[in-house]
Amino acid sequence: MEDYWKLKIEGIKNSFKNNTEYDKWKENVLNPWNKKTHYNEKKYKNSSDMDIRELYTEDDLPDNMDKILGNPGEYPFTRGIYPNMYRGRLWTMRMFSGFGTPDDTNKRLKYLIKNGETGLSIAFDMPTLYGYDCDNRRSTGEVGKCGVNVSSLADMERIFKDIDLSEISTSMTINAPAAILTAMYFVLAEKNNTDLKNISGTVQADILKEYIAQKEWMYPPEAHLRLIRDMLAYSTKNVPKWNYISVSGYHIREAGSSAVQELAFTLADGFYYIDMGIKSGLNIDDFAPRMSFFFNSSINFFEEIAKFRAARRIWATVLREKYGAKNPKSMMLKFHTQTSGYTLTWQQPLNNIVRTTVEAMAAILGGTQSLHTNSYDEAWALPTDDAVKVALRTQQILAEETGISDVIDPLGGSYYMERLTSEIEEEAYKYFSEIDKMGGILNAIKSGYIQKEIAETSYRRQLNVENNNETIVGVNRYVDENEKPINTLKISDIAENGQVRGLRDLKNKRDNRKVDETLDRLREAMRDDSINLMPYIMDCVREYATLEEISNIGREIYGEWKEPKIY
Amino acid sequence: MENGKNRKYTEAPIKVLLAKPAIDGHDRGIFVLARAFRDAGMDVIYAGLLPTPEEVVDTAINEDVDVIALSLLNGAHLTAFKNVIDIMNKKGVHDIAVVGGGIIPDEDKPALEKMGITGNFGPGTPLKIIIDHIKKRAREIRKLRENEYR
Repeated sequence: MEDYWKLKIEGIKNSFKNNTEYDKWKENVLNPWNKKTHYNEKKYKNSSDMDIRELYTEDDLPDNMDKILGNPGEYPFTRGIYPNMYRGRLWTMRMFSGFGTPDDTNKRLKYLIKNGETGLSIAFDMPTLYGYDCDNRRSTGEVGKCGVNVSSLADMERIFKDIDLSEISTSMTINAPAAILTAMYFVLAEKNNTDLKNISGTVQADILKEYIAQKEWMYPPEAHLRLIRDMLAYSTKNVPKWNYISVSGYHIREAGSSAVQELAFTLADGFYYIDMGIKSGLNIDDFAPRMSFFFNSSINFFEEIAKFRAARRIWATVLREKYGAKNPKSMMLKFHTQTSGYTLTWQQPLNNIVRTTVEAMAAILGGTQSLHTNSYDEAWALPTDDAVKVALRTQQILAEETGISDVIDPLGGSYYMERLTSEIEEEAYKYFSEIDKMGGILNAIKSGYIQKEIAETSYRRQLNVENNNETIVGVNRYVDENEKPINTLKISDIAENGQVRGLRDLKNKRDNRKVDETLDRLREAMRDDSINLMPYIMDCVREYATLEEISNIGREIYGEWKEPKIY
Repeated sequence: MENGKNRKYTEAPIKVLLAKPAIDGHDRGIFVLARAFRDAGMDVIYAGLLPTPEEVVDTAINEDVDVIALSLLNGAHLTAFKNVIDIMNKKGVHDIAVVGGGIIPDEDKPALEKMGITGNFGPGTPLKIIIDHIKKRAREIRKLRENEYR
């Protein structure tokens, strides 16, 4: 397997030509000029610590360009996965939303739909993300703060009240308890008499990146991976338009990685899930088409676009060459993008609108399938209605006023873009080779290698900012001495009290004997690794067993998880 | 604390416990701080994810730290930081400084200060300012301890 990566690295290296044109120009034109005038001696680098030249020329186009680009809709999809791209359908404008009670969130979702949003995306609060109910002692002070609280199916019913699930797709950012929230969504659809074959959406469910970056888990990796396998198999058979996983680089990037690290670690996770599906006995072309991805779009414009293009090329190439996929849909990397939360500054928050716009442009030029644009006030708090409207309008202005979406991959063929795409691709392959040497991504995570790589990059960047080698406007340059506080969204404790009361009422009202029965059956099934747990979890959910009650069955059987120490 | 008696308080490296005392996985910042504190010559302990307030206080006592540095980015600082202070008070721990940081709105700062939590640094604060503050608090604590042992 290592040999395969080495072959790819060699191939890319060999595709680079000598930079005769550049060298000649530098010697004859640039150097004499620089002797006479001011010249900035600093080393130009991108987030991935790659050297950036001041000029790229025709020599920088890889010599096998016709093979490695592919027209839109053609292997290896570097230029885009669909032949018509945004002329066929614009990217989905999907704003990540959720706060307070399910009723608060329902109101926000309807507000966004009214303002032209075209897909839903639910943000859950910290207790929900870790599989605790709102009445757990640990949840005190956190209910509804970072997202909406969901303790049972009853809460999901309120979030989606009067929203037709067959009309709009929903993305749920949930990982550790992903199987439970997915079960809730499926049961909700059933209750609304919507055929599971007609619902579409995505659940994040990518547990590997949790251990790497977002750090939201309940059990040891093996337990979560089993649940992902079960979701994968269940959805492939019963919910054909459901993306059972969204392999995510977003959080890896936010945790401090470079663009290359984000790309490499995310795709390595993706390969792991492919291996898992195959191991569970499925045909790759049956489940790979429903695998989706989620990337960050950060502030180094060209680097981000190249990263998206490289992602498509690598995925298609490896799925076809290494895994033997036959269906082109298996090879198409489709992805959601969110602009970078990390680049938002608390200082001079209106500047964040500009940062978000540039990052959104990179995502669009990179060929994203859906997009979330951050609101300018998100370094302060969850966004207000007004702030989120500006963020959505940013996408609409880009889509409908600027012409940015008129032409597919307009940067394709650019000397710099093609060279950068290939270099990023090469660096990613180097990481795959490294990870394989460690015995695969799971081992690389358990040993803390991946986490250390990210922490290293993050610290290096922070020092660059501290030493003023890197500028953040309003933070270490152009500082405003008179910062004024802005209006932010406040989430009162009323949300928490209301949720706790609601849960108490629910536990009194539901048929507790039936709840216990379904939980017992789930416990039994969990002991046998060959059983698919999804139908069992759906049974629990139907009887209004709570998120924590269901999660606790797994805690009983699999135990909890302590992360490797990296400090 | 017999160990403490023999130690020259002004010379030993400052010992800091870094902790996120609630359900909060945003740990990029705390790892940066861990590195920066260490590079500034401090002994650094990280409490790991999801520690209970009891675990934070127990670790601080057992490791004999000068400063507990609390960080939260999830909006639960008023409740969660207070839990740590309450347990310190219950256990009669008064010779450890507590500093805070994270997404802390200005209007919450007086309440935290009143609990004895200082600093309360927001996003974009230069590392030097944080490090200087920790050093200052550690000096105060060591003076306090010296007087107590005298």
